[in-house]
Amino acid sequence: MIESDVLDRVLNEARCHGAGFAEVYAEDRRNTGVAFDDGRVDGVSSGRDRGAGIRVVNGVTTGYAHTSDLSERGLLAAARAAADAAGSADGGSVVVALDDKRSGAGTKVEVDPQAVPKARRVEMLTEVDEIARSISGAVTQVSAGLSDSYRSVLIANSDGVFVTDEVTRVLFRVSVVADGDLGMQTGAESLGFTGGWEVFDRYSLADLATEAAEQAVRKLHARPAPSGQLPVVIAQGTGGVLFHEACGHGLEADHIAKGASVYAGRVGELVASPLVTLVDDGTVDGEWGTRSFDDEGQPTRRNVLIEDGVLVDYMWDHIRARDEQRSPSGNGRRQDYASLPMVRMTNTFVLAGEDDPDDIISSTEHGVYVAKLGGGSVNTASGDFVFGMRDAYLIENGQITEPLREGNLIGNGPQVLSDIDMLGADFSMGGPGTCGKDGQGVPVGTGQPTLRVSSMTIGGTAA
Amino acid sequence: MSESDSNSELFALADSLIDTANPSEQIEVYISRGSSTEVRVHNGDVEHFVSAMSSGIGIRVINDGRTGFAHAGTLDAEIASQVLAEARENVSFSSVDEWAALAEPDGVDVTEQELWSDELESYPTADKIELAKKLEQITLDRDSLIRVDDTNFVDGGGEGLVVTTTGIRRYGRSNSCYLSVSTLADDTDGTRTGFGFAVGAHPGEFDVERAARDGVDRATRLLGATKPASRSTTVVLDPFVASQLLGIIGSTLSGDAVVRGRSLFADRVGESIAAPTFTLVDDPTDRRAYTATDLDGEGLAARRNVLIDEGELRGFVHSSYSARRAGEGTTGNALRGGYAGSPSAGCHALQLVAGERAQADLIASIDDGVLIEGVSGLHSGVNTVSGDFSVGATGMSIRNGAIAEPVREFTIASTIQRLLNDIVEVGADLEWLPMRASAPSLAIRDVMVSGSS
Repeated sequence: MIESDVLDRVLNEARCHGAGFAEVYAEDRRNTGVAFDDGRVDGVSSGRDRGAGIRVVNGVTTGYAHTSDLSERGLLAAARAAADAAGSADGGSVVVALDDKRSGAGTKVEVDPQAVPKARRVEMLTEVDEIARSISGAVTQVSAGLSDSYRSVLIANSDGVFVTDEVTRVLFRVSVVADGDLGMQTGAESLGFTGGWEVFDRYSLADLATEAAEQAVRKLHARPAPSGQLPVVIAQGTGGVLFHEACGHGLEADHIAKGASVYAGRVGELVASPLVTLVDDGTVDGEWGTRSFDDEGQPTRRNVLIEDGVLVDYMWDHIRARDEQRSPSGNGRRQDYASLPMVRMTNTFVLAGEDDPDDIISSTEHGVYVAKLGGGSVNTASGDFVFGMRDAYLIENGQITEPLREGNLIGNGPQVLSDIDMLGADFSMGGPGTCGKDGQGVPVGTGQPTLRVSSMTIGGTAA
Repeated sequence: MSESDSNSELFALADSLIDTANPSEQIEVYISRGSSTEVRVHNGDVEHFVSAMSSGIGIRVINDGRTGFAHAGTLDAEIASQVLAEARENVSFSSVDEWAALAEPDGVDVTEQELWSDELESYPTADKIELAKKLEQITLDRDSLIRVDDTNFVDGGGEGLVVTTTGIRRYGRSNSCYLSVSTLADDTDGTRTGFGFAVGAHPGEFDVERAARDGVDRATRLLGATKPASRSTTVVLDPFVASQLLGIIGSTLSGDAVVRGRSLFADRVGESIAAPTFTLVDDPTDRRAYTATDLDGEGLAARRNVLIDEGELRGFVHSSYSARRAGEGTTGNALRGGYAGSPSAGCHALQLVAGERAQADLIASIDDGVLIEGVSGLHSGVNTVSGDFSVGATGMSIRNGAIAEPVREFTIASTIQRLLNDIVEVGADLEWLPMRASAPSLAIRDVMVSGSS
């Protein structure tokens, strides 16, 4: 994308005021999307974006500028703008040696999505629409989409990092509306994969369409969710978002540095039930948050954050890891070239426990079973977090009984983590997520075994 | 709108593309170009300074009822012609939609507004930094219990144009800015958070003291907050929270949701769907609104539309597509998410018509209730198709007509349909927020509070 002698000159320009750190992040991104809605192809779109962001760190100040002009002139102008934004220092110039270029393994792609004809995508979505509508006469609307993205990135910085990498992702989503006497209800499923079109040989879109339609139809007769504190059982693979919110964000080093996290200063302490071992791992094959390198050019890794309930470590970006003179954790990520990197999760999951998943349900007298979670959000400073239940049921006398309408659950991170009293021997990763922070969205994965929280507040309307 | 030297090159690029249209083709070219700055201050120093420039082109082609779209993040003429070729190629994979067509000029005049501030445009960078530093300092000075998470000055300006083969040829530009502070307050039980912000056409209009006061009050009021008892009760949503509720209601009134069978208010026009105190308008022509605009995403004049009048549903917001399909006229409500997005129907600048009494008077009428000052999980616990509504909340208990102790870690729940009918009173304290909706305080009865069992 950019020659190394040009990069040398751009990094030097970026440090013209003597800043201690400069970085070039360039990317070329292409995406194709086919959307199906209302019984027809609703839109076929393609996009291309390329550009570079220049970051200059001068003491505590970061300057950032970006450009879609990848010529040397464009890059030098952005470098100067970033340098000006970061202000002056007397760090003195250090010669950068960018001779040790590393190439990422790239995403393993068996079937290149760009080689899949758009007509084939239309065919797949037409079939999804037909299957979802065939489930029940109550199904009144189906929306589905297939998209893929290819991103080629180059990262070079004044610490000598020089990395290129490629990442390919494919995404399928379907949502269904069903209509009944009590009004409309919705069901949704999605499948995300860091890799190529081969994922659709491994998973059946027909199954996902069926599940989304059945979910919507089941909910037509759902009763209002309970209001108040009850035990909550969460199905394997769907509840990773609980940990993403209850502690994931709170373990990001930027929140820690500002004392805006309930987990600040607690390394070595028991912060969760001893059943809980939490891992963030950007290297898991095919998962939605997987990359060879993070967006600061550091290799992704498997990082144990909580082990047997004890807080082991936070997640780090390059600058904070460097300042602390520790090895980076590969968690510096950004949405695109126009965005500053931040400390972000990759794939965050809880390892399997020892309980039989069926026992977890049968030993719960009265509670809520969440088969499918929606999104969530957290206030890292207070630790209070919410997550939505998209497909949930009442547990009565140890049995899953009636479906419940949607709602949020609320809890406090450290409290909920210590209230996890059963952890299943099963495990699976969940669907693709988009994690939002400070206006930037990045793809993330989550996973967990079936588990029980002894008490959480359920935000329904039934007294 | 007139062409000037600054935008004639953009028009020339758009014209060169639509001039290639075949007789059976409709082509729409949307171009945007803008810049923004974001200054974040922490502990008296600049934490980051982001200077951003972006530009791009989005092209829609409709041929024989089939639509194709493509975009690119550049205004390079050669790439633009590739984008057009891609959009044409995408047409061939699309389905026939009898209602698919570009907007046509509808004779509605553009309401002239001052959407561009030269004062903001020329505001010195050093002064932006100083403003953020000042807000951080006066926030800290107000209360020794307060820490500041971050303070931000954000501004952005951009120009955009829409040119179509159907005769639309419009250019607009606007800029905006705000100042915000995120606060932390600690007690033995943990940390509480707050925020404050200032908006204005340019920084000279900022009420910096007010931003600091809000930031301090919101965090310190929550110190010692506990979980309230679960019960069905009356809640008062403060203007910030009420505005977020308006945004949700607005999405149920989208013409696209209606024609695609996803609006719970479809077929209810002319009926009463809310309490008689509730009048909701979408008014992008009111310059006080942060998202005021003169044009919609298809280049038609943005206009004032009454959506709910004293509780009665008057109509929906439409793009030219949803209007054509619904058999109505467009309301000038096509929104697009920049050059990379196709237009769809949505609200520009919702405004809840204010009532007569102050928030304190609303509270004085309530024996038992909760003042809601913050909500979370609007994307995860609210379903705009079914109407289910459940969000996390923080606020203050109301007892015997007065504010009592702070509360947190609870939810409030109802359905969108019931919330509208259960509105008791609309306050007089309409606030202009850096959001797509502005509301005064709103009192609603029979809302389920879920806290301690």
